[in-house]
Amino acid sequence: MSDSVVYAYAVVRAADGVGAAAGALAGVAGGPVRLTAGSRDPGVLLAVGEVPAADFREEALRRRLEELEWLETVARAHHAVVEALAAVTTVLPLRLATVYVDEAGARAALDEGARAFAERLSLLAGHREWGVKVYADPSAAPPPPAPAADGLSPGRSYLRQRREQRSGREEVYRDARTAAGRVEEAALRYAAGRARHRVQQGTLAGAAGENVLNDAFLVADDRTEAFRTDVAGAAQGLTGVRVEVTGPWAPYSFAVPAEGNGDAEDAQDTEDTEGTQGRQGDAEGAHDTQGAGGAGSARGPEGVRGAADARGPEGGSAP
Amino acid sequence: MTGTDRSPGGAVAPSSEPLPERQVALIDLLDRLLTGGVVITGDVVLSIADIDLVRVSLRALIVSIGPDTPSPWPAARPPGGGDDG
Repeated sequence: MSDSVVYAYAVVRAADGVGAAAGALAGVAGGPVRLTAGSRDPGVLLAVGEVPAADFREEALRRRLEELEWLETVARAHHAVVEALAAVTTVLPLRLATVYVDEAGARAALDEGARAFAERLSLLAGHREWGVKVYADPSAAPPPPAPAADGLSPGRSYLRQRREQRSGREEVYRDARTAAGRVEEAALRYAAGRARHRVQQGTLAGAAGENVLNDAFLVADDRTEAFRTDVAGAAQGLTGVRVEVTGPWAPYSFAVPAEGNGDAEDAQDTEDTEGTQGRQGDAEGAHDTQGAGGAGSARGPEGVRGAADARGPEGGSAP
Repeated sequence: MTGTDRSPGGAVAPSSEPLPERQVALIDLLDRLLTGGVVITGDVVLSIADIDLVRVSLRALIVSIGPDTPSPWPAARPPGGGDDG
């Protein structure tokens, strides 16, 4: 027994077929998945499974999580379990690598949070999470019209070309802000919650262009169609801007209310009272509860653009 | 249930469920699994989740830190690394 520990996947609402769904799954490290109940609320269950202690005890886990390949394997297995359960009932996904020494520990944690979990599950019922990313890709914008070489010296025509390129870039980022604004409008119309994620950078961010917005929205199932249509159209008529929608996701980004009860209603359940609304940077409350990394990160097109575009177009106009 | 279609990545692919057809991008998944989700505490082993995973996520998500993409968090700067500009 001591060569395995208990990995917890999600808090789930008891429902028909959920036990069978869990029983059919292979979880992290290939282990079976089962549901366990606490003593407080029979309607709220915890999906758990055994994983090898050799990999998941504190020391080992600390080390192994630094290996991207291992991290990916665990993340995908965790996700597969959450997805399958979300298909049959409402789930509160747990953060990756929530591990207990034994099942009693897991049950105790379930009991401890039972009331909050039940409330949260009720709020999330009938909702799914959708990811929306906006990309600015100056290289995808049409090149500036060929300079009419009306007798300019090569040097001057070069400078002019550079200026045009720059203003092309400006335009793309301006368009990206427009798209982000449209996404926000769609969200205000249709979404029940919004969470901001850090813009994606680095080697894992394989997509073309610069990610300038990376948000998640909680959308009721019966509004999904309208939401998706609106969001998908956010880049319409804009050049060099791409909007990507991912989902449906289990409500990972909405599993906990925003910290501090004051924000809770903001993150949840409000249709059109997102604070004063309007600006990207404002309605932040939603999800920054665990944003250690997100703290100073670029959010919204403004921040990103500032970084990418530090030198304005004024640099190059020497006569 | 038909548990036969199991890819090495661990994604079970049942036919009737509304799973995305394509495998989700790892970065989108990590966005959610490392910064989202319920964090329940109360066990010794768990205590690392709050702290270390944040660091892991930063490493995983922003691997290339350079002059163009400065680190958004104030850590891991080499001591005596000169001016901040």
